[in-house]
Amino acid sequence: MKMTGAQIIIKLLEREGIRMIAGIPGGANLPLYAALSKSKIKHILARHEQGAGFIAQGMARSTGQPAVCFATSGPGATNLMTAIADAKLDSIPIIAITGQVPTSLIGTDAFQEVDTYGMTIPITKHNFLIRNAEELLSVIPESFQLAMEGRPGPIVIDIPKDIQKQQIEIKRWPLMKKKKKKDKIDLAMIKKMTHMIQQAKKPLLYIGGGIIHSGAEKLVLELARKNSIPVTSTLMGLGAFPPDDDLFIGMLGMHGARYTNYILNEADLLLAFGVRFDDRATGNIARFCKQARIIHIDIDHSEIGKIRRSHLSLACDIAAALKYLNPLIKRQKRKEWISFLDRMKKEHPFQIPQSSDPLNPLNLIGMISRIAQGNAIITTDVGQHQMWTAQIYPFRTPRTLLTSGGLGTMGFGLPVAIGAGLANPKRQVICISGDGSFLMNIQELATLAEENLNVKTIIMNNGSLGLVRQQQEFFYDKNYMASRFITRPDFAAVAKNFGLKGIDLGKERDPEEILQKALNEKGPCLINAPIPFDQNVTPMVPPGAGNHEMIGGE
Amino acid sequence: MEATKANTIIELTVNNHAGVMSHITGLFSRRGYNLEGIICGPVGDGSVSRMYLLVEKNARLEQMIKQLEKLYDILIVSLREDYDHTLFHRLHDLIIKEKNRAKYKEF
Ligand SMILES: Cc1ncc(C[n+]2csc(CCOP(=O)(O)OP(=O)(O)O)c2C)c(N)n1
Repeated sequence: MKMTGAQIIIKLLEREGIRMIAGIPGGANLPLYAALSKSKIKHILARHEQGAGFIAQGMARSTGQPAVCFATSGPGATNLMTAIADAKLDSIPIIAITGQVPTSLIGTDAFQEVDTYGMTIPITKHNFLIRNAEELLSVIPESFQLAMEGRPGPIVIDIPKDIQKQQIEIKRWPLMKKKKKKDKIDLAMIKKMTHMIQQAKKPLLYIGGGIIHSGAEKLVLELARKNSIPVTSTLMGLGAFPPDDDLFIGMLGMHGARYTNYILNEADLLLAFGVRFDDRATGNIARFCKQARIIHIDIDHSEIGKIRRSHLSLACDIAAALKYLNPLIKRQKRKEWISFLDRMKKEHPFQIPQSSDPLNPLNLIGMISRIAQGNAIITTDVGQHQMWTAQIYPFRTPRTLLTSGGLGTMGFGLPVAIGAGLANPKRQVICISGDGSFLMNIQELATLAEENLNVKTIIMNNGSLGLVRQQQEFFYDKNYMASRFITRPDFAAVAKNFGLKGIDLGKERDPEEILQKALNEKGPCLINAPIPFDQNVTPMVPPGAGNHEMIGGE
Repeated sequence: MEATKANTIIELTVNNHAGVMSHITGLFSRRGYNLEGIICGPVGDGSVSRMYLLVEKNARLEQMIKQLEKLYDILIVSLREDYDHTLFHRLHDLIIKEKNRAKYKEF
């Protein structure tokens, strides 16, 4: 059978189970679109390639499965970069397929030519520049394998236009080899770990996104309960441990609660599982858990010892390790350690607002969490609203918080919510955004209107780049340079002009009732929520300080 | 030039295609590792190449090797304490044809 490169690509994507692709067409990927038009795969027309990249991320983050986006050469590819880099830092399996100028023009500064391959080397797990159509048969299945294998990550496949059009004879399709590498677990090491845990007086689990990627949340819960080990989570790990459990001590780091960071500082053994000692989580690394020995388990062996030396370590899938570790662990009550936790929680609680003003940011998030369905997916943008959400929204299951942890990309929230909505049509999706971030991908309201998804956006509108303003207040002598907006769009009206429902809680007498109604209605809706411009996220670990040296929040 | 004691050689066996060198040098620049020298050439039928990287022997060496091991096109990474890294400092002499040696003497 004779097929073009483009037809082969689409066929291989179908075989990988891809049902939706977000993208934008252009000169260099038109053959691909021509082939896509004949496929059952649904195309989601984003309004900016960054939006397409984040829509794919929304699908991948909410399901744990690889998702695909398309862009043309040149500006299409450069527009994708932010979403790809974001996926790299949070280990998200997306596959970006970019059109490239014809092979004969590569290197000639042709119209819309950029070196997509060269530009994406440092922001992908791996990337390919296709040189002939035969290569597609191995590269595409391999890309799916690579994106998921070990530590997940983004893959770029750059495909010149002539190769999309090149016809070749296909005799046989590649076998769908989904070889799952079995982790060989070092049992002697597991025994040593067991011993160290049982000898410890004050062990603490420090868990991160790796738990969610691995699907190890039940095993972590079992370990924690069996041996009475308290648990702190990174931003990326939220949802992996039940927030109401007595053993849970919240998110650590820059905006962790006082008690959390105090308890951490007291630990004598840190079980660092599926984490990478990110600076936002550890604060000044030299002052992080100084008295603690460290057991580090991560699937990426280059994370072991990258930031902090560990005493015992394993480079493997965390679930695989815990399957061996848990049965060896004895039940322990750890009365003293647990009572220390309780005392810290009482003495240094997280400060909830005194006022009952529904438009106080923390009250607003509390309200959202009471109204939202139990399995609602929450996406955030980046800033104060993101940190407030992380601090108090009770994420009960993995993949219910989708947030840009590593890259901290403003503009993440809306397109990721759209992607999550597409992949989970039965679930409620809520994007909690800020008025600064929202403007960075506001064009995707058009995509949302077109898809008519059950996606709600709540803009916590403080008329400023709040987190920047806060840093200026604390560390730059209140010199509020470029952090306050002079003009402020009427977001509810903007939404209406995109053909969506828009409401403004500032104009309502009973915001809670209106919010409840808006969130429970089917279909998309944008909710503007005016909040005070000068409220800070506290506590805060100042740059360079140890986690226990927080300011505010007392 | 003084043969610096603090250097060592990493030997790589890599797939031989156009992008591999960028992946390797990109890794070094992005992560701020020093790369003092590279020698590279095809082996066998040319489908793989061997590369010798002259690197500083310091605390980051272990990370460097782990990061190299993650690169898709790198097939084998080995640290070669037993190789003579002073070769890198004699390259120029070695590469000039015998009969031309005199011409280049002053360099
Ligand atoms: C793309 C991008 N540009 C700049 C920043 C730096 N930055 C971090 S938070 C922030 C302010 C965010 O403002 P807003 O979305 O209104 O959220 P708020 O902090 O007010 O809740 C900025 C500018 C960033 N994280 N991402």
